[in-house]
Amino acid sequence: MRSAPGSGEDPGERPPAREGRRGGLGDRAARLLPGRTRRWLPGLLLLAPSIVAIGLFVYGLIFWNTRVAVSGKHDEVSPYKFDKGRNFVDLWDQPSWPGAVKHALLFTAVFVIGALVLGAFLAFLMDKGIKGEAGFRAIYLFPMAISFIASGVVWRWLMNPAPPERAVGLNQLFDKTGLGALANDWWQNQDWGMAAMALPAIWQMSGYVMALYLAGFRAVPEDLREAARVDGASEWKVYRYVVFPQLRPVTLSALIILGHISLKVFDLIMAIAGKQIITYVPAIATYVEVFDRHDPANGATIATYLLIAVGLLVIPYLVWSVRADRRAGR
Amino acid sequence: MLVRAGNRMTVLAAVALGAVLAASGCGGGDSKGGNDKSEVEVFSWWTGPGEADGLAAMKADFEKKNPGTKFTNAAIAGGSGTQAQAVLASRLQNRKPPDSFQGHAGAELLDYIKAGQIEPLDSFYDENSLKAAYPQQLLQQITYQGKIYSVPVNIHRSNMLWYNPGILKDAGISGPPKTIAEFKTALKAVKDKTGKVPLSLGAQWTADHLLENVLLGDLGADAYNALWKPGADWGSTAVTTALNDYAEIVKYTTAEAASTDWQGAAKAVVDGKAAFNIMGDWAYGYFTGTAPNGLGKKLDTDFKYAPSPGTDGTYMWLSDSFTLPKGAPHRGGALAWLKEVGSKEGQDLFNPKKGSIPARKDADKSLYKGYLEYAFNEWNKPGVKLAGSFWHGVNASKKWHTDIDTAVGLFLQNKDAAKLQASLVSAAKSNAQ
Repeated sequence: MRSAPGSGEDPGERPPAREGRRGGLGDRAARLLPGRTRRWLPGLLLLAPSIVAIGLFVYGLIFWNTRVAVSGKHDEVSPYKFDKGRNFVDLWDQPSWPGAVKHALLFTAVFVIGALVLGAFLAFLMDKGIKGEAGFRAIYLFPMAISFIASGVVWRWLMNPAPPERAVGLNQLFDKTGLGALANDWWQNQDWGMAAMALPAIWQMSGYVMALYLAGFRAVPEDLREAARVDGASEWKVYRYVVFPQLRPVTLSALIILGHISLKVFDLIMAIAGKQIITYVPAIATYVEVFDRHDPANGATIATYLLIAVGLLVIPYLVWSVRADRRAGR
Repeated sequence: MLVRAGNRMTVLAAVALGAVLAASGCGGGDSKGGNDKSEVEVFSWWTGPGEADGLAAMKADFEKKNPGTKFTNAAIAGGSGTQAQAVLASRLQNRKPPDSFQGHAGAELLDYIKAGQIEPLDSFYDENSLKAAYPQQLLQQITYQGKIYSVPVNIHRSNMLWYNPGILKDAGISGPPKTIAEFKTALKAVKDKTGKVPLSLGAQWTADHLLENVLLGDLGADAYNALWKPGADWGSTAVTTALNDYAEIVKYTTAEAASTDWQGAAKAVVDGKAAFNIMGDWAYGYFTGTAPNGLGKKLDTDFKYAPSPGTDGTYMWLSDSFTLPKGAPHRGGALAWLKEVGSKEGQDLFNPKKGSIPARKDADKSLYKGYLEYAFNEWNKPGVKLAGSFWHGVNASKKWHTDIDTAVGLFLQNKDAAKLQASLVSAAKSNAQ
């Protein structure tokens, strides 16, 4: 991705001779252009399709969504009349909304921390040199290949809170193995249900976090570890004081990736619980507002809140990484 | 300044979007309109077993009667039409309506009516003398501001109680409970004496279905119907009583309710795991049908049915109906299809296969066997009262419907009947029309 050392020259300063070698019609036309234009125009033309596509389908639609959100279009027929962003305030009076926010936050906290800790732990075990590492790596990564909507169907059955006489899934397993005390309500618990809902997501994404960390571990030079060991550091201290501090960028990337998946979670919950209030989250609320309640303005308002929430997470990261790149002189 | 800049941005965005739409061929062309009879595109969500066969039978009859009209089946799969309705909404907004689309008869069509997306059908009813063919109460309940907007093809019944005779015997209950009070006693008896689930319940929407049945059982048909009129009093003590009963009944339901849909809840009765279940009469087809779509169970030994407690003599109905979209590309074909849908032959071809009864009063009784014979007789019984099922689209607009669903979802967590009533009052206030 990043240019190798030594090739950091500005592409605009390349000798034009290289481009003119074939002498096609386009090049001849290009030569008619003034020198400066010749430098940026071909690049722009090359990028133009993706600029247009992104402009239209990302920024154009963000603009459109915001426009609906600040309008009074609460059914399909009303016009887009600006109403000073009242929807953003009124939304908090909707009975289902505060719960949806609470659910999303709890889910995010449990999922992100769970996947980070489990992923780092798995990577740590792998890094210690396990026999058949490639096989284990594949096993832990496989869940990521399954879509939430498919694994959700299985987890819906696994996390069924039926009492012992009708128990299925995990509760039955606990019952049969004498661990009946572990059987619980899973996602149908009123207070902590969303924490249970995070389990399938952790199962699915921790392998990915493991891969990130493993790559990070491998990038720490063996010399550094050796140096620490020579100084008498225990294996734990080597990780604690030498390896982990160098993995901050990895942790941050993982945090961002998991965080935005989790704020936008939709398919997993749709597959496990459907549109029930007990597991209502903002993305489900958007769907319900637009397609069930026929209220485009409310749906767009929720979508805007989601965009802001993801933005709060991603933008500082982008700023930070750009600054870090600059500091590194890239 | 700001406004003008905003407008320019809007125009820009609109032009850009328009260009894309035109390029992909989605732009709304002028409809041929008129009375084009060459074709008819019928949009429905009848893709499941039974209903798809019924549609095919009606299609065959339609083609026989209208040899010059090409029938296009634009059915979209997905239970109770959720997917289909999302597709439909975008087609209507892009002014690309099908020639006729399926919708639950009643207030569920309100959004389309107010958006001016479907045409009133009063003159069609008159031309085909349909007003005499349908029950008067049904026509009243699907009339909006003096006009009728759809042609009902079938009738399902919401207020049905399914029960396991064996469990009732074990609990010492002589027969199906006739009132809500009896129902509560029976539920308690089942819980104390058998250890089975007294009343099986599924995902959140089945609790909405239960709510409409408890309201009807406690209030009676007239007071229930009045709840859906503008200015209705949801704060009355009668409603309070009904909601307290509802709260008590919900205590006897399945712990893992949220994990199953209606099928799982209904199956618990025929499998001997639950004593009662309240669900619409589509459960009958599920119980008695053959695998893989049915459970192959026997009436009287595995299960029995009765009107839900306190609702005998009232038919809480829901109905699939067809509409005439404004700007239908083949209006002539659409009207011919509606004629088929409203006809005795069409309904008698469709309903035995779908497992519902015809909405018309003059259908051929000999075609309806088993439960359908009972339903047919109840529907056509002199003095029967009709009540619309709010959950299945008759009384409440989509917004109202969703707001009640939210109130019920919150209630299932906090179990607070007073809060439920407060949110039902405010839902009615902001949505009744």
